[in-house]
Amino acid sequence: MGKATREAYGEALRELGEKNKNIVVLDADLSKSTKTNLFAKAHPERFFNVGIAEQNMLGTAAGLAAAGKTPFVSSFAMFATGRAYEQIRNSICYPNLNVKIAATHAGLTVGEDGASHQAIEDISLMRTIPNMTVIVPADATEAHQAVAFAAEHQGPVYLRLGRMSVADVFGSDYTFCYGKAVQLAEGKDVTLIATGVMVPEARLAAEELIKSGVTARVLNIHTIKPIDREAVVAAARETGAIVTCEEHSIYGGLGSAVAEVLVENYPVPMERVGVLDVFGESGTPRDLLIKYHLTASDIVSAAKKVISRKNAK
Amino acid sequence: MTTKLPGEKLSELSKRARSVRMNIVKMITEAKSGHPGGSLSAADILVTLYFAEMKVDVNNPAAADRDRFVLSKGHAAPVLYSTLAEKGFIPQEELMTLRKINSRLQGHPEMKNIPGVDMSTGSLGQGLSAANGMALAGKIDNKDYRVYALLGDGELEEGQVWEAAMFASHYKLDNLTAFVDHNGLQIDGPVSEVMSPLPVPEKWRAFGWNVLEIDGHDYEEIYQAIQTAKSVKGQPTMIVATTVKGKGVCKMENAVDWHGKAPSAEECEMFLAEMND
Repeated sequence: MGKATREAYGEALRELGEKNKNIVVLDADLSKSTKTNLFAKAHPERFFNVGIAEQNMLGTAAGLAAAGKTPFVSSFAMFATGRAYEQIRNSICYPNLNVKIAATHAGLTVGEDGASHQAIEDISLMRTIPNMTVIVPADATEAHQAVAFAAEHQGPVYLRLGRMSVADVFGSDYTFCYGKAVQLAEGKDVTLIATGVMVPEARLAAEELIKSGVTARVLNIHTIKPIDREAVVAAARETGAIVTCEEHSIYGGLGSAVAEVLVENYPVPMERVGVLDVFGESGTPRDLLIKYHLTASDIVSAAKKVISRKNAK
Repeated sequence: MTTKLPGEKLSELSKRARSVRMNIVKMITEAKSGHPGGSLSAADILVTLYFAEMKVDVNNPAAADRDRFVLSKGHAAPVLYSTLAEKGFIPQEELMTLRKINSRLQGHPEMKNIPGVDMSTGSLGQGLSAANGMALAGKIDNKDYRVYALLGDGELEEGQVWEAAMFASHYKLDNLTAFVDHNGLQIDGPVSEVMSPLPVPEKWRAFGWNVLEIDGHDYEEIYQAIQTAKSVKGQPTMIVATTVKGKGVCKMENAVDWHGKAPSAEECEMFLAEMND
């Protein structure tokens, strides 16, 4: 097992802080969990705890950016995007201010804290705001580079990070390329499009499908907005069937973003693996992924279903 | 007390405030919508800030070291636009494009397109946080610019205001001076009846602010409060300015109805004639 993406975030931020003196970090009393404490320890003069007050945190970040700083703000995804949604929309995105929202503990895999802390709507919320960029790293390597990208990118960025340790997907030779899907496996029968913690599951699913004679293309879409339309359309054209895989509501997230591209460009049968319009609950991350149908075997079932739809056409 | 404003400055402020108020009435009439009451109540504060205090440069509106102003009560956009036009940031004739399609002058201030607007606002309760961020950036960089914010008294009902209040005193943002335009009215009626934020000064004191109470239509008092705020170390200052909603137009004064209503063309003529007297 590799590191959690939040660990990579903390380390990347600490490193970037050495070179980029313009970076200022805000946290809302969760710095030990979000890992901004690593930055705080190394650069205490540029770290500010705002207390349990997310709306003011996002608004303060807007003011810092308006005065030329590059603020990174962190909290759990639930509070960063839910509690402070309107501050993000009106104080940050409307004036297109250079604020980076690095939200950890996204999705069901927060685990034992339960539904009140499990953001499964955050991608949807962030994706619909003009000027916002949405990035969901799959592993620590990708997260590290995505943080560096965010620091250089002009404009608001939402980075969706996880609590739990995740399998390493990428080696040290990996290069994060903004807005570009990463092909992890080639196949001709179906394309599995995954993001975040579902990327390793999609790879496992592809390996499982081979046993039944099905080959699957696997795409990691880390940049959900702007989405790589070319890669999605090519997948539809070349494999004729799509399964999206995300630890997020089936409404408004990766599945919706992919569906939008497909219906406008190259409609093919599609299935969505995601949280089915229900709240989560307490449990271990693994138990939750199983109960809410977010595992490799759920992706395998969805793939078989979508292929039979394709073949029935 | 620092030096008093010279007599010619006082008459300049008074003259400019009248011009700002007349433009507020004209532009809202022309737009057929907008918020005259809370724009008129804040006019003397903005005019004093922009013509007696703030370091801003019409030729370099985005200068890094400029003083900054955040209109947290963004619905009073007409007073900001009118003051910026008076200062020369916006052509006077452009004021009449307020709220019209393709105009830079949005119903609520938008910082990207209007020179001199330091923050986009409009959704109440958010401006003080942005001012906090600007003041904090000044502290981090050891710059000596100052940050000003103007809040409505109805706006104090927003929870975020108090998060921001805590933050500013916790981080000792003494380069931040805020005003409450305490005109006592909000859309649905007197603030004391809708959801009382009273007593206002005591609340800010309890949150660790240096609090000054003034008449928000007295240029000398406004100016002196700003000077006092500049001399206070280790604390942000809140200037609670008692004002009259609709100030300067008899029919609008203390009238809840004129919070967000445009005058008719006939009313506009009548109001302008009154202001010209």
